[in-house]
Amino acid sequence: MASTETMTINMGPQHPSTHGVLRLVLELDGEKIEKITPHIGYLHRGVEKLSEHRSYHQTLPLTDRLDYLAPMSNNLGYVLAVEKLLGIEVPERAQTVRVIMAELTRLKSHLVWLACHALDIGAMTVFIYAFREREMIMSLYEKISGARMTSNYFRVGGLSQDVYANFEKDVREIVDTFPGHFDTYEGLLTKNTIWLNRTIGNGVISAEDAIDYGITGPALRGSGVDWDLRRDNPYSGYDKYDFKVPVGEKCDTFDRYKVRLVEMREAVKIIKQALDSLKPGPVLADAPQVCYPPKDAVYNSIEGLIHHFKIASEGFPVPEGEVYQSVEAPKGELGFYLVSDGSTKPYRMRIRPPSFVNLGAIEKMCKGTMIADLVAVIGTLDIVLGEIDR
Amino acid sequence: MTDMAENNRAVIKLKEQFAASILDVKEFRGEVTVTVKKEDVVAVCGFLKSALAYNFLTDVTAVDYLGQEPRFMVVYNLYSIPNKDRIRVKAPVTEGDCSIDSLTTLWNSANWLEREVFDLFGIIFKGHPDLRRILMTDDWVGHPLRKDYPLQGPGREPYKGRLS
Repeated sequence: MASTETMTINMGPQHPSTHGVLRLVLELDGEKIEKITPHIGYLHRGVEKLSEHRSYHQTLPLTDRLDYLAPMSNNLGYVLAVEKLLGIEVPERAQTVRVIMAELTRLKSHLVWLACHALDIGAMTVFIYAFREREMIMSLYEKISGARMTSNYFRVGGLSQDVYANFEKDVREIVDTFPGHFDTYEGLLTKNTIWLNRTIGNGVISAEDAIDYGITGPALRGSGVDWDLRRDNPYSGYDKYDFKVPVGEKCDTFDRYKVRLVEMREAVKIIKQALDSLKPGPVLADAPQVCYPPKDAVYNSIEGLIHHFKIASEGFPVPEGEVYQSVEAPKGELGFYLVSDGSTKPYRMRIRPPSFVNLGAIEKMCKGTMIADLVAVIGTLDIVLGEIDR
Repeated sequence: MTDMAENNRAVIKLKEQFAASILDVKEFRGEVTVTVKKEDVVAVCGFLKSALAYNFLTDVTAVDYLGQEPRFMVVYNLYSIPNKDRIRVKAPVTEGDCSIDSLTTLWNSANWLEREVFDLFGIIFKGHPDLRRILMTDDWVGHPLRKDYPLQGPGREPYKGRLS
């Protein structure tokens, strides 16, 4: 009687399919996975500890680099948390522009998800097409904030500057052309036999298990749980827009794929509604303690200069207390738990990363399946190591 | 403002059941925080999960109040998916007895979240199935997010340049 042993294989931190520096130690029985041990921490940069030594405005660029594929979502979550601590109201124009940029960020992140998920499973054309679309959003990012990826565009109290002159034209171009592109992706994948064979029945996790394992975002909605923070705990004026929240039924990879595609279409709808409702007005809150004065005051008056200098050099004091504010990032529920001790630096900034908690469920989703299915599950969970490791 | 916290239905029910364990109830910016004794954390969270529909564990984290006694505060953020409502449960942990019961029996998401708190703060979770470091390397010495751990890491000079 032959005795069998499991083979331990390392799917190392450098691997084209792990979407970052993720190390998975797999124990295999033939090709079937018996046990997965994820090792993370290769991208740990100590963002939470760094934020304790920087003022609230200086911490803002650190949040860009968490989920680097959806930087404005992270900015939005952090800025909303600080505004909640301070108790300041953001003007309506700033809220509308924030919603437009947050939904463009969702499109950006979901395009990368689609591209890399399809690429891992083998459909390379989708990768090239999705990145071509993404270029339109990246160049809009560059025009509005100065950087293609790490935008640092929002400020506590509103936006750093108003939108540029051709903003509406560029966003309308995106809104008008993208649904056609989504039809292309669906035409390439949704009825494709190989795609259906690879994704149907793959990575199944029931709704109760998904809630138990803390999964949030499209991965949870693919399992049939109807929960979206934009609709249920609205922030930044999301309650004014009408959008559908897609929910899957069969809890597998194919349903998560369909959920994210519908989310992309709904994001375009939200952008259109927000753009139609964009009214002129101030983009920074009326909170002189916190917000910079306008540039002509800084350059032409001594009070403006002193005001700017005080805020830039030592920051602004925040009342003592603690808040938890979460946003519906493209990957799930991104939460910021800020503890303040009354000074100008956060006493503790905790980032609740959706990908970190989602990745904890990977063994539950993949045990007993093959390595190829594991690759599909990593793609469908849509993890970003910048967020997991911080 | 505290009467809004007192009127919160979860707090009322908690006070009926666990009057002896509750140390403090606070409300700030619309969020309710209940501080309980660390021995009763599993019972309180289990009650919130089963009887009050707070079925989602959003986050487990800790704060280091160096200089105060107790030094650490373990913070649990709970969310109720059917009621779309949040509540925060905090439990003080002293430096001398740096341990607390694990919530992995209630939620599997606590597994990785508590491993991270152990890794970065050094708080031991009793009953955790697999308590080892998660973000730092396995042979790391020290707990980086503690306030007395240097920002630049062990064995280095602090950064002496400008921040802005």
